[in-house]
Amino acid sequence: MSITKAAPPGSGHRDTEAPEGDPGGEQQGWQFNSPLVLTMLLILVVSLQGPIRRAVSEPVMQSWMTVFVAVVVQALPFLVLGVLLSAMLAVFVPPSFFARALPSRPALAVPVAGMAGAVLPGCECASVPVAGALVRRGVAPAAALAFLLSAPAINPIVLTATAVAFPGRPEMVVARFVASLLVACAMGWLWQRLGRADWLRPPAHPSDEGLGKGAAFWSSVRHDVMHAGGFLVVGAMAAATLKAVVPAHWLSLAADNPVVSVLALAVLAVLLSICSEADAFVAASLTQFSLTARLAFLVVGPMIDLKLFAMQTATFGRGFALRFAPATFVMAVASSVLVGSVLL
Amino acid sequence: MNRQAQAAVLFLVGGAMVHAGTTDLYLRYVKAGLQPLVVGAGVVLIVAALATVWYERKRSSTVPDKEVEEGHGHVHREPRVSWLLILPLLALILVAPPALGSYSALRTGTALQAPLAYAPLPSGDPVRLSLVDYAGRAAYDHGRSLGDRRIVITGFVALDGKGTPYLVRMALNCCAADAQPVKVGLTGRIPPVLQPDTWLELTGTYSELRTKDPVNNGIIPFFDIAEAKPVPTPRDPYDESWNG
Repeated sequence: MSITKAAPPGSGHRDTEAPEGDPGGEQQGWQFNSPLVLTMLLILVVSLQGPIRRAVSEPVMQSWMTVFVAVVVQALPFLVLGVLLSAMLAVFVPPSFFARALPSRPALAVPVAGMAGAVLPGCECASVPVAGALVRRGVAPAAALAFLLSAPAINPIVLTATAVAFPGRPEMVVARFVASLLVACAMGWLWQRLGRADWLRPPAHPSDEGLGKGAAFWSSVRHDVMHAGGFLVVGAMAAATLKAVVPAHWLSLAADNPVVSVLALAVLAVLLSICSEADAFVAASLTQFSLTARLAFLVVGPMIDLKLFAMQTATFGRGFALRFAPATFVMAVASSVLVGSVLL
Repeated sequence: MNRQAQAAVLFLVGGAMVHAGTTDLYLRYVKAGLQPLVVGAGVVLIVAALATVWYERKRSSTVPDKEVEEGHGHVHREPRVSWLLILPLLALILVAPPALGSYSALRTGTALQAPLAYAPLPSGDPVRLSLVDYAGRAAYDHGRSLGDRRIVITGFVALDGKGTPYLVRMALNCCAADAQPVKVGLTGRIPPVLQPDTWLELTGTYSELRTKDPVNNGIIPFFDIAEAKPVPTPRDPYDESWNG
């Protein structure tokens, strides 16, 4: 994915020279620096606001922007919550705590971490930075990944929302819980068997060494918000494009065939990137689809969608996300079909 | 992006969130219940921006050796994708797009669900019902709980490709990305000129007419208009009665 947004031309140059330690590198010579670019950009946009407003007054553009802003405004608080938790884990909880809290055998740590996901009361935006902090704190990646996948799907808020959205169908709540936990554990064990440490290459995180606790805490918050927030915007743009541009009646074509309908809703969950606290209501309204297909929508959505993929890339590296996301998708669809055929 | 610029972006995004959360602006995008979270996140971002500036100043006044090491350890780390955070900021502050309207409503099938129970109508004449409440009673209870009472409903106008008018309210569960329309067909004394996206307050009675939404075959009940008057956009443009 290449992002071609106004970027300071000087930054690439700085990347290479920075480790050499040139104390005046930022101030020396003629170089765009980012505060200057930012100021110029803001002045430019404010002075052009009339034409910009006219350009976006088309209904398609307005609807796109509304959904875009809505996804960001809705996800940002949960991202901030996750980032605060992750900074607390990174700064105030010693690594020895996790060594004691989790079983030392990774095969056992995976289901324990999966169940622990039930206590993070938020949606998927909060779980990505927390899982990143767990890995940096020395938790076995397999266990951290199980937590990453299970937390947004099986916490009490999401399960309550599912029960409200499917009145009179408590088996839907049970199926969602079982299928999600199954995928989380399976992916954890799969990583333990097949995963290679060099796939997991988290972009460098600011080192806390030599910083006070307060400085380390806020440095971690700033870093995670800038990082994951940028990718969140990418995901929001993709979701808004889908919602505003792709016609909804394409969906009804897929509802008749049982196999196609499961795949169609699984793909829709990936593309729509709806918050896991709200997806049950959307699933409930897709009445033309079978319950198993709707279960696939509920299991896939919190584990992998466009917004999450972008945020996982930011937290764990692109090599990881490219392997992890398709595997999670296949596993989640398989688990939904399995659980759906037993319980629904 | 270096840390001064990051602090500026964090501060602006946080300020925009606080602005949206403390005015009614946030109601165009998310459910009312998220207000404390939106304001809280904005405050945290502002504090993070101030803390960044404060520690940066403190750091630059300490031993220069340390600064070299750490300063450059940080400089190249924030990827260019962080610049994208400016986009929602500009969209929110400069454009502040309106709540979803007739364009989205016509692209999506009516999301009307059968109500769990039909509470007795409140007293008063005419009785004020939410559009979603009326549609549920009309479509799934065949108007039995409505009788011939005079009813007032509020929604915005949407005209489909053939010019058929509907009164619509978007129902929302979490944010505008999951908003879905509930549509009511119009009959009786329909105003001669209808402009899409204008908000109307209709007084009238239950109508037995009904049709199917071409998008998803959902039931669209009708409303027999006696009187129509334009009203300003309500404070919360979405119907949140499904939030439980």
